[in-house]
Amino acid sequence: MPVLNANLTLQAAQFANLPETLQTILFMVLGAAIFAGAAAVLALVGVYLERKISAHMQDRVGPMEVNTEIPVLKNIGHGWAQTLADALKLLIKEDIVPAEADKKLHLMAPFIVFAATLAGFSVLPFGPGLVASDLNVGLFYIIAISSFVVIGIILAGWSSNNKWSLLGAMRSAAQIVSFEIPASLALLVVIMAVGSLNLGDIVAAQAGGIHKWLIWWYPPFNILAFFVFFVASLAELNRAPFDMPEAESEIVAGFHTEYSGMKWAMFFLAEYANMFLVGVIIATLFLGGWTSPFGDFLNSGPFPVFWVTLKAFIVIFVQIWLRWTLPRVRVDQLMYTSWKVLTPFAFVAMVGAGIWMML
Amino acid sequence: MNVHDKHKPLTWWEKTYLPGVLAGLWLTTRHFVRNMFAHTLRALGMDVKWLGSVTIQYPEFIRPLFPRLRTHHRLTKRDDGSPRCVACMMCETVCPAKCIYIIAEEKPDAPDIEKIPKSFDIDLGLCIFCGYCVEACPEDAIRMDTGILEISSYGRKGMMRDMQTMLALEPKSKRYVEFDDEGDVVSEPFVEDLD
Repeated sequence: MPVLNANLTLQAAQFANLPETLQTILFMVLGAAIFAGAAAVLALVGVYLERKISAHMQDRVGPMEVNTEIPVLKNIGHGWAQTLADALKLLIKEDIVPAEADKKLHLMAPFIVFAATLAGFSVLPFGPGLVASDLNVGLFYIIAISSFVVIGIILAGWSSNNKWSLLGAMRSAAQIVSFEIPASLALLVVIMAVGSLNLGDIVAAQAGGIHKWLIWWYPPFNILAFFVFFVASLAELNRAPFDMPEAESEIVAGFHTEYSGMKWAMFFLAEYANMFLVGVIIATLFLGGWTSPFGDFLNSGPFPVFWVTLKAFIVIFVQIWLRWTLPRVRVDQLMYTSWKVLTPFAFVAMVGAGIWMML
Repeated sequence: MNVHDKHKPLTWWEKTYLPGVLAGLWLTTRHFVRNMFAHTLRALGMDVKWLGSVTIQYPEFIRPLFPRLRTHHRLTKRDDGSPRCVACMMCETVCPAKCIYIIAEEKPDAPDIEKIPKSFDIDLGLCIFCGYCVEACPEDAIRMDTGILEISSYGRKGMMRDMQTMLALEPKSKRYVEFDDEGDVVSEPFVEDLD
């Protein structure tokens, strides 16, 4: 061990001697690799959770057969390695591109979607000081970067040269653009309350236990903002009951109809990574972020990461729960929900919280 | 349901869809918690009879079979172990699929039995499992109560069953639902480990 430590120290020293630009680039590459790996693992866990939770809600058993022979993990059972096997299968699967497709855009689309999702991860605080990029406009950055997803989806729909794909892409664009407004308005309540766009500041304002969480500020306006943002985020994630862009009973698979193999896996990965992203955003903005819900209890060491992940997974559970409970809404009902329900309520929350603050 | 109730206008509260959404969420929660409870107890090593799902993991577990279900044939034996069959050809005659092939021979040392089968073959590839052979048999020599349903082979010859094979089979009563004299279900082994 001492040899290894000395080696590490030496390497660290060499690293410090590098030019500052190179250091920054190395840090960026390292951070991106960590986030890409974490996103992939989280997506695998998310897919497994989705399949198991939906199965138990519908009195089924879900994946049960794919387990491993690794001694300790052998007895877990319950098909825990199913998503690993699926990912391996997708990696080696043939990549089919339609003959009439726009090949370049067809290739580009899944990477734009995945990159936009991954870029959103860079400002998420996972603990005190544990943030890849401590932007002072973090929240604004997330709203902006998550809108990039729609570009990838439209590219996918257009370049596939397929009616279903195009329909799905158009629906997705209309949906995401519509739901950006109530979502952003709901976030305004948080920004007004804390007075900062920095996610670290927002978490710091909620430190000290469950009663300090932003969801309890200015009742009932912050709870209202929370609900508006949650419903709007469901629509922005293209998840049920707002999953019309990929409504399988209407338009086959929507924008990713013509995708197969690893490109399709990128869309899939991005969807579940996005779920986690939204989970962390909701946890950060309304549920205290990485702070412990019990004040100073278990609020140091690795626990901040644990708390924020737990909160994010609770949000993911609710997303899955809703998906397997509610039927898909129609397009006109979707627009009604956005413009006539969520947007007015978001304004009510914003104005109400504003008046409360002035009193 | 009354026809007129179909178009009952929604109240203001129902129009928000909140009661419907909450009722749905409550329903899925109930199923989820109940099933997770059963699965968790089993994962902790407890012997939980209740499955927590409607799925029966077939190769590991099988469903109970109804007593009247017709499965793989077997030939019954006398007390001395010889087949009850007297090679009367009733089953071979009645068989609509013509899948029973009996070759009879004389039974010399038994005064009340004239014939026994030299060979008794059934081609399960042709058998339609109608059970007429069981009904036709005057000696109760053939039955279809082995509970064996997994009959498969890589070739047609593998579907043939000879007399010795069918004599060796036993009735598999533990796979069956048990009934009392009134016809009510006494015990239903919901899952049965094959092992």
